[in-house]
Amino acid sequence: MSNSVTTPGIRHGRLPAELYASHFDDLYPVYDPHEAMVAADRCYFCHDAPCITACPTEIDIPLFIRQIQAGQPEAAARTIFDQNILGGTCARVCPTETLCEGACVREAAEGKPVEIGRLQRYATDALMARQGHPYARADSTGKRVAVVGAGPAGLACAHRLAMHGHEVTIHEAEAKPGGLNEYGIAAYKMAGGFAAREVEWLMGIGGITLETGKALGRDLSLDQLQAGFDAVFLGIGLGDVNRLDIPGENLDGVRDAVEFIAELRQTEDLSRLPIGRDVVVIGGGMTAVDAAVQSKLLGAEHVSMLYRRGREAMSASDHEIEHAATEGVTIITNATPVAIHGQGAVAEVEFAYTDGTGENFRLRADQVFKAIGQKLAGMDGLTMEGRKLAAQPAAGVWAGGDCTGGGEDLTVTAVAQGRDAAAEIHAYLTGNGG
Amino acid sequence: MADLSTNFVGIKSPNPFWLASAPPTDKEYNVVRAFKAGWGGVVWKTLGAEGPPIVNVNGPRYGAVWGADRRLMGLNNIELITDRPLEVNLREIKQVKRDWPDRAMVVSLMVPCDEDSWKAILKRVEETEADGVELNFGCPHGMSERGMGSAVGQVPEYIEMVTRWVKQHSRMPCIVKLTPNITDIRKPAEAAKRGGADAVSLINTISSITSVDLDSFSPEPSIDGKGAHGGYCGPAVKPIALNMVAEIARDPATAGLPISGIGGVTTWRDAAEFIALGAGTVQVCTAAMTYGFGIIKEMTAGLSLYLDDKGMTLDQLQGRAVPNVTDWQYLNLNYVTKARINQDLCIQCGRCYAACEDTSHQAISMSPERVFDVIDEECVACNLCVNVCPVQDCITMEQLPKGATDPRTGHEVGDYANWTTHPNNPMASAAE
Repeated sequence: MSNSVTTPGIRHGRLPAELYASHFDDLYPVYDPHEAMVAADRCYFCHDAPCITACPTEIDIPLFIRQIQAGQPEAAARTIFDQNILGGTCARVCPTETLCEGACVREAAEGKPVEIGRLQRYATDALMARQGHPYARADSTGKRVAVVGAGPAGLACAHRLAMHGHEVTIHEAEAKPGGLNEYGIAAYKMAGGFAAREVEWLMGIGGITLETGKALGRDLSLDQLQAGFDAVFLGIGLGDVNRLDIPGENLDGVRDAVEFIAELRQTEDLSRLPIGRDVVVIGGGMTAVDAAVQSKLLGAEHVSMLYRRGREAMSASDHEIEHAATEGVTIITNATPVAIHGQGAVAEVEFAYTDGTGENFRLRADQVFKAIGQKLAGMDGLTMEGRKLAAQPAAGVWAGGDCTGGGEDLTVTAVAQGRDAAAEIHAYLTGNGG
Repeated sequence: MADLSTNFVGIKSPNPFWLASAPPTDKEYNVVRAFKAGWGGVVWKTLGAEGPPIVNVNGPRYGAVWGADRRLMGLNNIELITDRPLEVNLREIKQVKRDWPDRAMVVSLMVPCDEDSWKAILKRVEETEADGVELNFGCPHGMSERGMGSAVGQVPEYIEMVTRWVKQHSRMPCIVKLTPNITDIRKPAEAAKRGGADAVSLINTISSITSVDLDSFSPEPSIDGKGAHGGYCGPAVKPIALNMVAEIARDPATAGLPISGIGGVTTWRDAAEFIALGAGTVQVCTAAMTYGFGIIKEMTAGLSLYLDDKGMTLDQLQGRAVPNVTDWQYLNLNYVTKARINQDLCIQCGRCYAACEDTSHQAISMSPERVFDVIDEECVACNLCVNVCPVQDCITMEQLPKGATDPRTGHEVGDYANWTTHPNNPMASAAE
């Protein structure tokens, strides 16, 4: 018997098989060359351009767009990669509407910014399609650096260090490199196995050894790394998730959104991935949106996303929230979960309005995704800043990405932090400043 | 609706929009389509002398310059005059004129530079009952290598000589089409007038190479890896054409000589500008070749609407701007303006700042908050900021009133005064 969107429970194959591919394909298709020319022509080549300032990696955006205009997308890609070696991912996943495109003067002028993200993808795709890696390594320095975590921060750091001639070993806890690019971002943003392709391309510079299945605190210790390498970079992300701490949290059908997204990203045939008929997502960030939208795309009949405060306080961007709404996700704000009800498995989630009415309501649910934030797993002997690692948490140890502060947990910030840590490590290893 | 009917040196047409001598007017089929669409007249594609038909290249005839969205900005061609048999063209001209008596039918001609050749072709054209002839002294490519086209147009004495032959051997109105590939357009115009031309038409195309293929290193359009210069036309050439029309319209030696304006006319607005500079009709080619004949409806409707809005007749528009075209030396040096930036419209792109700071007079300031202001003490009113600003009317030039002090020069704004009386001019005529 086959399932449909209205089949109760957590079921796979709710949709006709042919729909899955299109549902999880690129959200924004790649420009063809003519579209890219027209889009690039809209750039004003602003003086001291606001888009550059708004980019955490400070890509010279007007320059790369002008290079597209001048018919050299590959030169444009060099401009991008010089600042951000994960420019391919950032082109796909950056919340550009709050970064470069939000700062674009055409956004102010006409509410329609230059489509910087899509242009960046056009350029980076062009260069990455070429055989070979575009950067060459400096002469070997004989120095060895351990990078922990093959996510955006670790990869950016490793690439820059390798470029400077250092030998880098990346230790990755998971089976595959990429971090959230591989496990944590909606599939339609990273279609076509891009995360894996990008890592392979990036490693093409040489001088980087990848060891997967090696987790800090489980398979290796910081002491070992400090003893065995000249410097250490920690890009370990946020390994732990927050709990709701309400009754019923342990019922069947209740799980962390990050775990669900990771499973989805690693599922070859999405028609085999079960999803509830009535899905409730708790949280107001990007992870909540990614979980909610993909639930809908998998064929859930009703998907609700609930956030305890108002819409303006949601960390997901307006653009993301609009996308969720367009896909049919019901967004309810100012409602906090108080209990999850059910016999063995979840049947309903009870919420209380937080806007002072004192009223409670229940939503039918056969699946609940918790997306109420991640946190750093316990770390001993390292300097903290608040709940996160300091940028240099120990002597000879640097850190960057989501495990450190200041970045709103954005991929692009992780890249900037990894890259900048590499510069500091390079200076430290070669005795130049630092 | 304003009346657009035109009488140009005795040639009548329901509107001043003619198709220029070019591929669109090479055949009865095309011309009939044009007349059905509403074009006022045509100049039939240039006929050559009796004999074996002209041969064209069998590779590309056109090269182009495009904007980002493939908008055609300029077109270049290496096509020669008509390559169809003379008798066929003449027969079709006669038939079309008979079928469309209210439309202007002018025949473009280019034959070798001897009196007999001209005498012979004129007789044949007269038999068609066409309204007039246009002498093609303009094409810069191909035929010029054989002593025709611009090779004639570049020598005023030849223009005068041939024009005189034409007037001597024909009763038809004679329009002389001028090449822009000369130093001073007034000289060939004067020569045409001396020869008895009823009118001049200009500009023909400009010698050009549109691009170079950076792989094959061939100029475009490429014929088997080689290229010859072509004739450039389309929107890109309009400013050059407007100036040349104005030069002829305002020069005392040629003032009053009827002009058919040609060069980048794409919309009614372009046509109105040519007419304001003295043109009696305009001729269109590239716009029609780009968009087809349907554009005539925008052109006629647009010109009518403009005239209605202005409460003017077509005659009143004609030449209206000519008195305002002058020499630099007569420009008012006491017309002092300053750039003004409308902060409500400014989108803070900073292009005005970059242009002024890098390439001009450092007369625009930029605050850390990206507020751009004009520094009157430095602003020479060059207008570059206005031209590079992407927002229309965001930056405007504001005139300082008489009696105000220009903060840049410390001088008070006075009455009209020009270079001819300026103290720095060694040739200044004493004012006292």
